[in-house]
Amino acid sequence: MSAAEDVVTEAPAIDAVPKRAMTLGTGTSLLVLAVLLIVPVFVKNFIIFQMTMLLIYGLAVLALNILTGGSGQFSLGQSAFYAVGAYTSAVLMEYFNVNYALTIPISAAVCFGFGYLFGKPALRLSGVYLALATFALATAMPQLLKLNFLEHWTGGVQGLVVTKPDAPFGLPMSQDMWLYYFSLAVVLAIYIFSVNLLRSRSGRAFMAIRDNEIAASSMGVNVALYKTLAFGVSAGITGVAGSLGAIAVQFVAPDSYTITLAISLFLGMVVGGVGWLPGSFVGAAFIIFVPNMAEGISKGLSGAVFGVLLFLVIYLVPHGARQIAILGQQLVGRLRKN
Amino acid sequence: MELFTNQVLAGIATGAIYACMALAVVMIYQAIDHLNFAQGEMAMFSTFISWQLMQWGIPYWAAFVITLALSFVGGIAIERILFKPLAKAPVLTNVAGFIALFAIINSSAGLIWDFTIKQYPTPFGSSPFLGSQLISTHQAGMIGVTVLLLLGLYFFFQYTKIGLAMRAAASVPESARLVGINTSWMIALGWGMASAIGAIAGMLIAPVVFLEPNMMGGVLIYGFAAAVLGGLTSPFGAVVGGFLVGVFENLAGTYIPGVGNELKLPIALALIISVLVVKPAGLFGRHIVKRV
Repeated sequence: MSAAEDVVTEAPAIDAVPKRAMTLGTGTSLLVLAVLLIVPVFVKNFIIFQMTMLLIYGLAVLALNILTGGSGQFSLGQSAFYAVGAYTSAVLMEYFNVNYALTIPISAAVCFGFGYLFGKPALRLSGVYLALATFALATAMPQLLKLNFLEHWTGGVQGLVVTKPDAPFGLPMSQDMWLYYFSLAVVLAIYIFSVNLLRSRSGRAFMAIRDNEIAASSMGVNVALYKTLAFGVSAGITGVAGSLGAIAVQFVAPDSYTITLAISLFLGMVVGGVGWLPGSFVGAAFIIFVPNMAEGISKGLSGAVFGVLLFLVIYLVPHGARQIAILGQQLVGRLRKN
Repeated sequence: MELFTNQVLAGIATGAIYACMALAVVMIYQAIDHLNFAQGEMAMFSTFISWQLMQWGIPYWAAFVITLALSFVGGIAIERILFKPLAKAPVLTNVAGFIALFAIINSSAGLIWDFTIKQYPTPFGSSPFLGSQLISTHQAGMIGVTVLLLLGLYFFFQYTKIGLAMRAAASVPESARLVGINTSWMIALGWGMASAIGAIAGMLIAPVVFLEPNMMGGVLIYGFAAAVLGGLTSPFGAVVGGFLVGVFENLAGTYIPGVGNELKLPIALALIISVLVVKPAGLFGRHIVKRV
């Protein structure tokens, strides 16, 4: 699993990637947005809640996608950043009565700092070694949250309960629906930010590092700076997802943020297509709904069913949802030519 | 001082488990260039097969040999059926495949043999070894088997034609193909061997941690850590790494205040990472020079 090196050779290996391959076209984006805006009006609260979780996990997968698909660094430690974000929000709301909306930029900043600092020693590591380092972070995080001297703040094993906010200005909306629209707004803002980030000078620096570190540095890209920056940005976005997750689930506890979460996020990225931002949300749908589906098919063998479904997906589309999108695009292009 | 020696000895004893697993990890890494996340589950499944054989009344060593043969064939079958079609897919997709395999094996073992903890016999007995309270004859036997395995592998890779072919296929597949090596089958062979070594590791570990579908979770993490610490390109490094991780872990648990069982793993991992920051290719790993 020499991830970093191989992303290097693999990412540009699909010939048909159009210029703006990391995003969707404007028309499609607006269509998806319209669907996301309208659907909640017609469905039950539980489904709205699931859609909120989809957005939140999608955001976390997107963050990993910027790190891996963008800068070519592999991380199994995203659950740690997610946990830091969730706890930052929960502690601020619980002990300092900070408004939930204000806790989000704060946890973004906290997680950015954390990720940036973690990225510093990780600079010397790549591929499997980086995977191990981030993995260590992910296994350590639940234990650190349970530490005695932090228990006063984190609530130890018990965790903290978070109150769900009501819709403001007396809007006639359920809490779930309000939270959905709130999350949608945050996710949309971050999505636009990410797309622009990857198109900017910094984004090109990320990709240059991903494709060939030595060549990038000889062209004047500050490799150390951009690698740590990618870690920081990714951690910051994951932190926002963690905050939203804490508010949506109304509960934070150390054992919700184990390595399993990090592995799910990784699977989400692969299923969505590494380096394709809209795929993050497809991947999130996979990691939220497929385990439930597997349980529905067979209770005793749910793990095996999940594994088989995952195998099917990676056989059919080894490059993830991105591959389907590219096929669709080519098909539309061909139809137009005729 | 006595406490220190005792803890080091106990560390070496647990280290033998990690060394065994690390050896299997390195084997497959040599052959396919990936870390196989399902390695531990494959070993667990093999161990269950041997347990089942013994339940049917087959003696230990016969069950041992049959299990090795079955694991070897099973490893090759997994490669041919599941991973050969993914050979051209991106690396991260392959990793997802390992995770899927992990889920499949874990869940089927749970269904076939259920999740209750089972006793597993040891061929070495469990009386104290040479009068020491800390190392039992089983653990001494385990260290012995690990060392034998290592020597066997060394001779296999260094002095046999097929060992040479496997090394060639792993390091420069294209040139290997040009000199007539069937690289695709070399990979399958690597899977088979890794699976068999994993089976040995599983059968040696099971008397210590008891047999159940999740028995390998912790062991595999330490095995990975040991392999990475020793350098993924060196079987010898993997074994040394295994012993070091065992000792690290024990000493951290004894001497750093406030470190219970819970924090042992993160601290051991943190130590390993500090070593890696100084020596990024592991203690005994080859530095790979990349071309631009």
